[in-house]
Amino acid sequence: MDKIIHSVTLDTDKCKGCTNCIKMCPTQAIRVRKNKAKIIKELCIDCGECIRVCPYHAKKAVTDSFDMINNYKYKIALPAPAFYGQFDKATKIESILHALIKAGFDDVFEVAYAAQLITKRTKELIASGELETPIINSACPAVVNLISTKYPSLLNNVIPLISPMNLAAIMARKIAEEKTPYKGGEIGIFFITPCAAKATCTKYPLGLPESVIDGAFSFKDMYLKVVPHLNDKECEQDLSKAGFKGVCWANCGGEVVSLELDNYIAVDGIHNVIHVLEEIENDKLSDVEYVEALACTGGCVGGPLAVENNFVAQTRVKKMAKTARGNGEAPEFDMDLVWQTPIKIRKQRNLDDDMFVAMEKLAKIDEIYDRLPKLDCGSCGSPSCRALAEDIVRGYSKESDCIIKFKEKIALFANEMLDGSDNVE
Amino acid sequence: MNSFKVQYTIDGEDFSVAGEASRKLKKVLQSLGVDPQIIRKATVAMYEGEINMVIHADGGVIDAEITPEKIHLFLRDKGPGIPDIALAMTEGFSTASDNVRELGFGAGMGLPNMEKYTDYMNIITEIGVGTTIEMIVNTSLS
Repeated sequence: MDKIIHSVTLDTDKCKGCTNCIKMCPTQAIRVRKNKAKIIKELCIDCGECIRVCPYHAKKAVTDSFDMINNYKYKIALPAPAFYGQFDKATKIESILHALIKAGFDDVFEVAYAAQLITKRTKELIASGELETPIINSACPAVVNLISTKYPSLLNNVIPLISPMNLAAIMARKIAEEKTPYKGGEIGIFFITPCAAKATCTKYPLGLPESVIDGAFSFKDMYLKVVPHLNDKECEQDLSKAGFKGVCWANCGGEVVSLELDNYIAVDGIHNVIHVLEEIENDKLSDVEYVEALACTGGCVGGPLAVENNFVAQTRVKKMAKTARGNGEAPEFDMDLVWQTPIKIRKQRNLDDDMFVAMEKLAKIDEIYDRLPKLDCGSCGSPSCRALAEDIVRGYSKESDCIIKFKEKIALFANEMLDGSDNVE
Repeated sequence: MNSFKVQYTIDGEDFSVAGEASRKLKKVLQSLGVDPQIIRKATVAMYEGEINMVIHADGGVIDAEITPEKIHLFLRDKGPGIPDIALAMTEGFSTASDNVRELGFGAGMGLPNMEKYTDYMNIITEIGVGTTIEMIVNTSLS
């Protein structure tokens, strides 16, 4: 089986073994065992809901250390467009890009600028009629992971294009090799990421055979490095290339605005995305042309590694998009953007490879579930009574892990003891 | 165990829960390791049937039997029956009320979709008595 890599990890020292994350996880990928949360790799889609909800900040996204830029002679920052909305002191994209240079980079390349070419190629793909409708966007890797894990029958609906982030990296490298004396390993390319899913994609990109990005730094980590250098008044207008159509990708609905589509759905928040994917699977949205689905509320501005309140950031990005310097036209770049490697369906978690054995296990699950209290309290460490029944049959839990059942047993035992003591008297 | 049998009771009162039984069937098929494309065919067919039972027949009962070769579905209701099956099978033909259409249902694709997504479908119906629909989805991909 293919290795499944994640950025979401657990700091076991900080984890108290509470049940907040197991209840919120959209794919039921977390269990609490021996007072610590445990992520089931096959089910985790890197959406970062657990990072958001953990009160003890035990769930983390693995990103790189900023010091690593020193290993490279020519360092290029790739800011996601949502990064522009993080600063109350900055009203211009230009001042943020200049602040990145002052923070230690030699150049910047806007992911928003690359997104304009993705928009153009997406339009061509839609016009070709080759894709199953409704077409689903592939810019959010958590959504693509969700589809390959839980809705594999919809993989043919997903736009098979590399992400703006990876295109930006490829373009930035080519430009740097042309305009500087530096080559190959001397050039370092770093993505500034709003989320865990994209951090994973910098190492294991969707649709590309190998990584084209050298490191990922979170919005949070970059925020403090950028803030001291922000200066709206005194910065030259020479770095920003992206226009409205690229910058608006930061917000949910931005991609469809730049695609100039009418018959679309733009859905944000992973739980809402799940409802829409269910509808598509049930053939209820066959009259919709395009679905922009983003795991985070508000889109990438709502990423789990963002600093600013996502609603504030949305408005700010909208304003910045309107005054963006570029004209929004797709940059010229000669490259086939179609996935070079297909997205694989993740192995489905069946109960057994032998269907007859699976049937017996399923019957056993139903039998155990009937006995459970159906409170879905999560105290056993599984997200619901049904999940506990399944975990028991899979051999990971015991029926006595259920606190309600345990209490009943104790009460019964105590009564028996009392009855016993009556007899003694 | 040679097959897995499961029964779902469809509540005719509540539109908002229509679709729940097909969602449950989907989970059953996933845990048995059925191919995702086959799961989709079976659940869409059952979903359409489930919606029909709620719209036209005040609910009913669905029996599903799964073997490694096929998914066998029996949908039974005590509704008004279908007067003209050929007409009901026409895409776009619907007897659903305006109320139902306002909710986004009743587009006249129910029975045609059920036939489209299944490998076998048989309708037994009697006016004033009810309708039984038998559907089979083969689980091999060929």
